[in-house]
Amino acid sequence: MPQLSAKVKYTNSNIIKRRPGEHIFDILNVIIMLFVCIASIYPIWYVLVNSLNDATDAMTGGIYLWPRVFSLANYQKVLETSGIGQSFKISVLRTLIGTVFSVFFTAMVAYGLSKEYLVGRKLYMAMGTITLFFSGGLIPGFLLLKNLNLLDSFWVFIFPSMFSFYNLLIFNSFFREIPKALEESARIDGAQDMTVFFKIVLPLSKPVLATIALFNGVYHWNDYFAGVMYINDTSLEPIQTYMYRIIAESTSNMLSNNISSAITQTTTSTSIKLATMVITTVPIICVYPFLQKYFVKGMMIGAVKE
Amino acid sequence: MAVDNTEKRLKALGIRETLALLWKQRYLQLMVLPGIIWMIIFNYIPMGGIVIAFKNFKITKTISEAPWVGFEHFIEFFSDSAFSNILTNTLGISLLKLCIGFPLPIIFALLLNEIRSVKFKKAVQTISYLPHFISWVVLGGILITWLEKSGMVNDLLIGLGIIKERISFLGEARFFWVLALISDSWKELGWSAIIYLAAISGVDQQMYEAATVDGANKIHKIWYITLPSIAGTISILLVLAVSGMLNSNFDQIFILKNVLNVSRSEVIDTYVYQMGMSAGRFSYATAVGLFKSVIAMILLLIANKTTSKLQGRSLY
Repeated sequence: MPQLSAKVKYTNSNIIKRRPGEHIFDILNVIIMLFVCIASIYPIWYVLVNSLNDATDAMTGGIYLWPRVFSLANYQKVLETSGIGQSFKISVLRTLIGTVFSVFFTAMVAYGLSKEYLVGRKLYMAMGTITLFFSGGLIPGFLLLKNLNLLDSFWVFIFPSMFSFYNLLIFNSFFREIPKALEESARIDGAQDMTVFFKIVLPLSKPVLATIALFNGVYHWNDYFAGVMYINDTSLEPIQTYMYRIIAESTSNMLSNNISSAITQTTTSTSIKLATMVITTVPIICVYPFLQKYFVKGMMIGAVKE
Repeated sequence: MAVDNTEKRLKALGIRETLALLWKQRYLQLMVLPGIIWMIIFNYIPMGGIVIAFKNFKITKTISEAPWVGFEHFIEFFSDSAFSNILTNTLGISLLKLCIGFPLPIIFALLLNEIRSVKFKKAVQTISYLPHFISWVVLGGILITWLEKSGMVNDLLIGLGIIKERISFLGEARFFWVLALISDSWKELGWSAIIYLAAISGVDQQMYEAATVDGANKIHKIWYITLPSIAGTISILLVLAVSGMLNSNFDQIFILKNVLNVSRSEVIDTYVYQMGMSAGRFSYATAVGLFKSVIAMILLLIANKTTSKLQGRSLY
């Protein structure tokens, strides 16, 4: 078989001869991969297509690939709904503030703990390691936040997630790679630890800062449980919690009512639900392809640490 | 070397010298201190709050005012008719995820690695991460819409002639475990494969070349070279997965759970929430949570021991 075409790049080896069985394997493999891709994209596509379809028409179902009766009315309705704008704002705020706080706070502590000569380092590290494996659990955590007067406060999204020992370990392994000479030359010039940290270490740590910031950002944007657990005031609800409430309400409606009586009400609100989902997910979808290399890097630093 | 020296020096130091050293590194200590205080407040005070598991705590009074009741809440939980059901659900869903959900990303990574076109490989990888970034609320919402009687899944199955009558999938308890498995695997397949793909890319290419010369085919190479080479990574992740078995995916179960499927969807985590937050039984819920933590700890120790015996390496 004269298959030695120079254009073909072999990933594994320079196979001179391919067996007939391997052709079938390759074809099957590509089909499996295409299936995975479709399965990954399709749910979002489905939501998008249905949210762009006229609500009453969508009730009859069968919209899988393309809107049948194109309409932006669902989005208009969603945007008119009071509350969603506020929830979106809370989500944006908590993502920005929460991420900035958590990244710089954890990085600062991590820098201190990356110095082997720090007095008490062993004790501090032991304290942190215990938190990786054991926690007080849901209820004691709730009681703490209640006693701290953080319930129904915006800061309940920020403070309890401001520090993570796991992320500290990731920072630590990165800080240790920074050439000591750079820090020392600054110290000789009379710089203190804080100055060295802000002026030398942080600028050199952009990749790890970006990674941790992205992990935190996605957590903050996607988290709904903190809003369910600690917030009663709907004006403080993040968008995911808002979404959760809509879904939970319509599910219980659907289950309690007869299908026939509920059909107009629930199916119309299905279209609105889908439009809300799109609004909730768009920021992440727009951002993730550009940032995924940082995530991958972060996963790897984390994995090495483990 | 440097570490040893510092530690030796530290040990030899008296109080006076330690204080002098502390003063010298006061700024460094000041950077660490807020973190330590944070851990004390947000990690260690709640750990102390676990005592309410052994008390009869009422939200209107302080913890110290609550009377001690010993192991009463634990005994109540173990003798509750819900206990075996909750444990079955937690372990059942976790075992399904462990037996089927755990190997899937490995298989996916192995297959993806066999793709010849680098561009196609990159594209598949990027696209397969997408579901990981979608929140469980949105995903749960999509699933609920699809699995309704009038939803897409019913349309599809009826169209293919697999079922005759429409089924409310989330409204029937018997489907819950499988749905939990499928939705979780689907969401995390690409993301979980990252670590395996990285491990695979570190395998020495010469081994494959040598095997080719010896006449090995693809399956041989995967089985005898790739898999043994990434066995270390697999075993570490397996330890983590086993030790996390009692941690059901709360975000997932909480959104897919409803009144009709509760007999198969109530797991320890959701039960703690139900008892504590909805029923207001704080002490009882804390006891249930503590039971879970203790078992999880034991699982971690056992899993780590086992793999370190088998592999000659351990997690910590």
